[in-house]
Amino acid sequence: MGAEILMPALSPTMTEGKLARWLKKEGETVKSGDVIAEIETDKATMEVEAVDEGTITRILVPEGTENVSVNSVIAELDGGKGGGAAAPSPAASGDKVPEQREKAAPLPQAEDHEARAKKDEHPFAATAATPSAKPERDWGATQKITVREALRDAMAAEMRRDADVFLIGEEVAQYQGAYKVSQGLLDEFGPKRVLDMPITEHGFTGMAVGAAFTGLKPIVEFMTFNFSMQAIDHIINSAAKTLYMSGGQLGCPITFRGPNGAASRVAAQHSQCYASWYAHCPGLKVVAPWSAADAKGLLRAAIRDPNPVIVLENEILYGQSFECPTDEDFILEIGKAKIERPGTDVTIVAFSIMVGMAMQAAEKLAEQGISAEVINLRSLRPLDTETIVNSVRKTNRLVTVEEGWPFAGIGAEVAMQIMEHAFDHLDAPPVRVAGLDIPMPYAANLEKLALPRLEQVVEAARNVTYR
Amino acid sequence: MSTEPATKRRGKAAKEPAMGRDKLLAAYRDMLLIRRFEEKAGQLYGMGLIGGFCHLYIGQEAVVVGMQLALKEGDQVITSYRDHGHMLATGMEARGVMAELTGRIGGYSKGKGGSMHMFSREKGFFGGHGIVGAQVALGAGLSFANMYRGNDNVALTYFGEGASNQGQVYESFNLAALLKLPCIFIIENNKYGMGTSVERASASKDLSRNGSPWGIPGEQVDGMNVQTVHEAAQRAVAHCRAGNGPYLLEMKTYRYRGHSMSDPAKYRTRDEVQRMREQHDCLEMARNDLLAMGVTEGDLKAIDDEVKAIVQDSADFAQQSPEPPESELWTDVVIEEAR
Repeated sequence: MGAEILMPALSPTMTEGKLARWLKKEGETVKSGDVIAEIETDKATMEVEAVDEGTITRILVPEGTENVSVNSVIAELDGGKGGGAAAPSPAASGDKVPEQREKAAPLPQAEDHEARAKKDEHPFAATAATPSAKPERDWGATQKITVREALRDAMAAEMRRDADVFLIGEEVAQYQGAYKVSQGLLDEFGPKRVLDMPITEHGFTGMAVGAAFTGLKPIVEFMTFNFSMQAIDHIINSAAKTLYMSGGQLGCPITFRGPNGAASRVAAQHSQCYASWYAHCPGLKVVAPWSAADAKGLLRAAIRDPNPVIVLENEILYGQSFECPTDEDFILEIGKAKIERPGTDVTIVAFSIMVGMAMQAAEKLAEQGISAEVINLRSLRPLDTETIVNSVRKTNRLVTVEEGWPFAGIGAEVAMQIMEHAFDHLDAPPVRVAGLDIPMPYAANLEKLALPRLEQVVEAARNVTYR
Repeated sequence: MSTEPATKRRGKAAKEPAMGRDKLLAAYRDMLLIRRFEEKAGQLYGMGLIGGFCHLYIGQEAVVVGMQLALKEGDQVITSYRDHGHMLATGMEARGVMAELTGRIGGYSKGKGGSMHMFSREKGFFGGHGIVGAQVALGAGLSFANMYRGNDNVALTYFGEGASNQGQVYESFNLAALLKLPCIFIIENNKYGMGTSVERASASKDLSRNGSPWGIPGEQVDGMNVQTVHEAAQRAVAHCRAGNGPYLLEMKTYRYRGHSMSDPAKYRTRDEVQRMREQHDCLEMARNDLLAMGVTEGDLKAIDDEVKAIVQDSADFAQQSPEPPESELWTDVVIEEAR
């Protein structure tokens, strides 16, 4: 059974090379693994190993030949052809090789343009925005509870419902939670399902993601989302991407939760909003509750979701009380914003603690005769673009409010969605109110200035309405 | 450090072989399949049919095969991006692996993962991870799931000696020892993390002792000999199944090929590679042991033919299977599923 030996490629970008030396002559026999030739490119000299066994019956390209095209026949085994192609494999050789970093090899291919073109046909999918579904259900009777209680109740309800759900994190069990969010869970569910972790975010997050690959449903509490930076590789590279990389085989039903954004007087390393960081990544869902009902409904949905979900809580909201449905089955849909206050003159889009500020601003604006519509995003990925677009079509004006930095922030994304879907409806350029573009200062006066202020939101709304 | 494996190689005429004839035959067949598969993958890479990174396992076959033969249904395996051998050892189809390498719809990940990212829940293979060391914490998680579910399954967590310097490896050791996780940590010490020798990267001179601060028992094993690997595997598996917590095996092994296909290999001599091939090749060793047990050349030739046919079939399939349709761009990003 004959075969042809082809000029091998040493990297995806190589198109030709020099056949420097033959180490076998016509008539010699070779077996798998034998070095038969050396080839040179501008980057490296590589040995060529035989893959098939046989006798070299003909050498078609003499040594010293330059510019030999990849995949051209350089020699024949046992008379050539018949046995299928038999390009030898390039193998490592010794010296005289310039520096070559592995990362230099693959370059973007032409297909990328096609892919991009294709993507343009799916603007909603490309930007992780989904149209909103049915109107929100009326859940009946409510009761005033704190956000802290709502989060605890959500975890307890889901843990009762599904034995695969468990909670891990620092101080979640015996200490009852660094912010007392997991109070009572150890007593009810025991140490097998409520586990204190050593201070080792990278390790325990990876461990939880691995457990989720097998179908368990971990809730990972970060004492604050600032510490999730230690673990972000597992959140993005392991949890968010594996479903895609596995062609849909390996999902990761995991919830990452904890306080996000500024607390109070804890300085730069403990006062950052990670909303745009996580909302940027396909494969994740990201929610940011404001009220107790948001907290309970969204956390329950996050735990049940078969995908990795980031739940961005807020420490200052933990102690605030809101009306929350008492229905045992109460749950919210991820990907659906809520119009907290209807209005006709300007749309104010906010999430998490900034919804409260937007509501106060709307109150003040009403006193001045401006009717503001406040949208509580609830979900940042997927983003409920339809609700925002419908609102702007009505009000023709947009203000976004967030605690995080303005550059590449959620406000930037919301504004761009409006450019793409409602540009002709705008009567004024959108305005974003955001945290200042600086690390959070400690001093009380400076911290106050670094965060969005009520008067800024009011002012922004007045500006876009030209009042 | 010498280039020789630290532990003594079993003699060819050992009185009590770790594996009986049938098991060693099975091991030989699996190792040969990996060797031939990888040679074919190298060939297809040379033809431009496989793109990107392609890390071949040639030389290290005894490690995965000796370990895998100690496992039972429900046990899990996880490793880095040098993963083709692990997948074939778990019984994943050569066709599906090769077609993933060529980026075709018939591949295990429908062409969306490539060489470094394949998975099979059915065979207990959890990837295929491209971030060096990440699979160690993930492997601890697989074993955590076994503990949580109360079964006696174990998770094999493979990583290279290069990864053994990552911080999360030691976070994982701590967690595994603290929670008594049934996790076998396997350091495949092939002496080079890309182009950096272990001596230049690790202040620890005996990696099998790297778990000792947490009380994790460790062994150095001749990873070129499938029988010594298998003996160590049985000890480790028994330890973990009995609920004694994690176990660490340092496999002294060697890759004959470069780190990836585009590795010019300046960092080691041709003689060093040649010496390992001639004196420590796992296939040669197994072959000699089998012949000493009375297996005939004819029997081995039959295995050779069977393996060649599988590999050729996988290569044909990997070229015939179509590229994924463009609609696959948008699938599997998130699971769309009603609650």
